[in-house]
Amino acid sequence: MGNEVEIYPVRSGEDVVKARQIVRSRAMDAGFSLVEQTKIVTAASELARNTVIYGGGGEMRIERVYQSPRRTGLRLVFEDKGPGIPDIDLALRDGYTTGNGLGLGLNGARKLSHEFDIQSKPGAGTRVTITRWK
Amino acid sequence: MDRVPILRLGDCLLVSIQVDMHDQLALTLQDDLTQRIVATRARAVLIDISALEMVDSFMGRMLGNIAAMSRILDAQTVVVGMRPAVAITLVELGLSLPGIRTALNVDAGLELLRPALDRTEPGNGE
Amino acid sequence: MNRLASRLPAIFEQHQKEILAEWLSSQLSGGGTARAGRIQESQLREESQRFLALLTQAIQHGVEFDTRSGQWADIREFLSELSRIRATQGFSPSQVATFVFSLKQPVFQRATDSLQSQSTLLSATLWEATIVLDALGLYTTELYQQARESVIARQQEELIELSTPVVQLWDGILALPLIGTLDSERTQVVMENLLERLVATGSSIAVIDITGVPTVDTLVAQHLLKTVAAAQLMGADCIISGIRPQIAQTIVHLGIDLSTVATKASLSDAFALALKRRGLTVARTNGG
Repeated sequence: MGNEVEIYPVRSGEDVVKARQIVRSRAMDAGFSLVEQTKIVTAASELARNTVIYGGGGEMRIERVYQSPRRTGLRLVFEDKGPGIPDIDLALRDGYTTGNGLGLGLNGARKLSHEFDIQSKPGAGTRVTITRWK
Repeated sequence: MDRVPILRLGDCLLVSIQVDMHDQLALTLQDDLTQRIVATRARAVLIDISALEMVDSFMGRMLGNIAAMSRILDAQTVVVGMRPAVAITLVELGLSLPGIRTALNVDAGLELLRPALDRTEPGNGE
Repeated sequence: MNRLASRLPAIFEQHQKEILAEWLSSQLSGGGTARAGRIQESQLREESQRFLALLTQAIQHGVEFDTRSGQWADIREFLSELSRIRATQGFSPSQVATFVFSLKQPVFQRATDSLQSQSTLLSATLWEATIVLDALGLYTTELYQQARESVIARQQEELIELSTPVVQLWDGILALPLIGTLDSERTQVVMENLLERLVATGSSIAVIDITGVPTVDTLVAQHLLKTVAAAQLMGADCIISGIRPQIAQTIVHLGIDLSTVATKASLSDAFALALKRRGLTVARTNGG
């Protein structure tokens, strides 16, 4: 056990389904309640979909994190080498109002996570990191 | 490719989503339903999501699309069986599923659809 | 560590029987867990035997105990199980640690007997024994702590559920009388439970009565509203009753929007509304 990072491809619709199942399983192992599990699985689903549709496919990294001996959580990183997002703030705002898939997904994942970080530049791909604590 | 089965109960179409769907399957379901509504002249659509452990924004939009398309085709839609964990997450997401009527289970859903199912159109032969 | 400088593995292997016997007798007589006969001798014997066997195996590769590497995995598991059992039996953490520490005496004795003429070897061996037994003893106290904490956490959860029961007022109508101060965590647990009960009973209306709640802060109010929204998404509805004037003021001051929720001053008014929504009325019968 220990701090291992698992890496999974996210390149197709089936990969999105698999990603959900893996996140569900790891969340259960981490002792998340049913509602907590559902929240992180839903966030993962949003980000995985973005990776496939807008990022041209990429990968999901998942690891158990520890803030203190008693506080444990799950950290997910979705990374792609796609076109990147020109204006992240706009995407987040836009997605909220126009219901654009990318923005909606990002916003949704942000609301369902305790920590949210996004790195993206046009031509340099996108990396979204979310963490949820038990 | 596997499809979600659509059952017919009189003027009502029943869809029971049993499996964790990938996007393509959801889109296929939308198409299939629309075709079946027209083909059977259905008055009501009941979608049972009690087996779904998760509903994300895409799924929410799909349900909304189905409700909107059904309405255009003169059929009522009710979604039943949403799990508490799913509902709580949707509230957190800020998704209110506008235009979608819901009920706790199939019985309650059919109750809601009764007016649509009892209705007879003028000029519609018995 | 220069492996030739210590004879610890050899001591364990060659003198396992005597070490076990002395260790057991010291546990059964003096201090330790076996006092007052709370543990059966046979059980203690088995546990001690097993621990000794695991320890003998583990120190083959060195005495630096760490909580992750493979060579200590079996002994970690054993101690974890032992601490868990002792914790539920109500033993103190030092009683559990004494299980390990009391092994020092027989090991020191054997080492001294075997190596008395070789002082460098003897001190190296005693030192290694100290390192490993101290580390293992301390480890049990950590495990003990964790086990007790999870027992307490579980008891707290059960207490929360017991103190906020969901009541069925009528067919299809549930009531949740909230009593006492609500904190964020308790409110969440209680609300999730309410939603589960709605599904389980097939009820479409829940009356949440807050007469017994002295104060409501923003966080709790948000939880309440989220629960109402979730219930509505599921196809049910909520009525909030028992809002006292002070709470009504707080709600307005906090800018909380209750426009999507039906509210009634008393539980009975809420019940009447719920009946009406379900198309039911209460009628007086003749006679009696």
